[in-house]
Amino acid sequence: MRIRATLRSGRIEVRVLIAHPMETGLRKDEAGNPIPAWYITDVTARVNDRIVMKTAWGTAVSKDPLLVFHVLGGAVGDRVTVDWIDNRGDRRTDEATVVAPASP
Amino acid sequence: MPHVSRRRRRAILNRGLGIALGVAARAGLGAIGLGVRDADAQEAPDRDAFAARSVADALARLRILDVADSPDVLLDAPDIAENGAVVPVSVRSRIAHTDAIFVLLDRNPFPLAARVDILDGLAPDVALRVKMAETAAVIAIVRADGRYWRAQRDVKITIGGCGG
Repeated sequence: MRIRATLRSGRIEVRVLIAHPMETGLRKDEAGNPIPAWYITDVTARVNDRIVMKTAWGTAVSKDPLLVFHVLGGAVGDRVTVDWIDNRGDRRTDEATVVAPASP
Repeated sequence: MPHVSRRRRRAILNRGLGIALGVAARAGLGAIGLGVRDADAQEAPDRDAFAARSVADALARLRILDVADSPDVLLDAPDIAENGAVVPVSVRSRIAHTDAIFVLLDRNPFPLAARVDILDGLAPDVALRVKMAETAAVIAIVRADGRYWRAQRDVKITIGGCGG
């Protein structure tokens, strides 16, 4: 998971890129066998341990999902934690620190 | 739900994966998915809506009965997407007290793509990328003060994104 958290105009813009096949369960392999559904079902984000965002997904979210959300307030140095769980019960957690935007 | 060890849950899930593939399995996987989450994880109350095969059915399962178009639901999606597998969608609500955002894709095998809970301190402003099977409408619905508002945009797909 790659998380970028940037403080901009009083909001933390969080961009999360997750590596995941997000299989719909509708595709078949070369032999014609169905490829089982395998997709992230829930993503939760916290800022300094406070839950700020929850999202539930179906199979229509793209492979290697990109998610962008904005937390009101916040400060450079805040800790953003994102965790996800998929339909197989696999889960991952990652975190990033809020930074100021890069100079132009 | 009875206490089940992680290994047993995984065994049950793997057996479930092996038993049947296809429509029945997709519904079954959804049901198994509900069962294998840790007890302290938030259960998605609308998980069955993700299994709906039409926008109308998804809305019925979400118990969204009354929706009005609103210019204050700002939905951005490309007019033309070369690659239906990765269609960028963003939704921003200018409606006060927005507490949920739903993204649906008309004509997709499973139209409900995402639900975002706008918790305290979160802006009603999200973006994600979705798979679209064919040229169709992207529909954004937001909930505010118990009422639902929508916006939609047609996206023309050059190469469909669901495979199969």
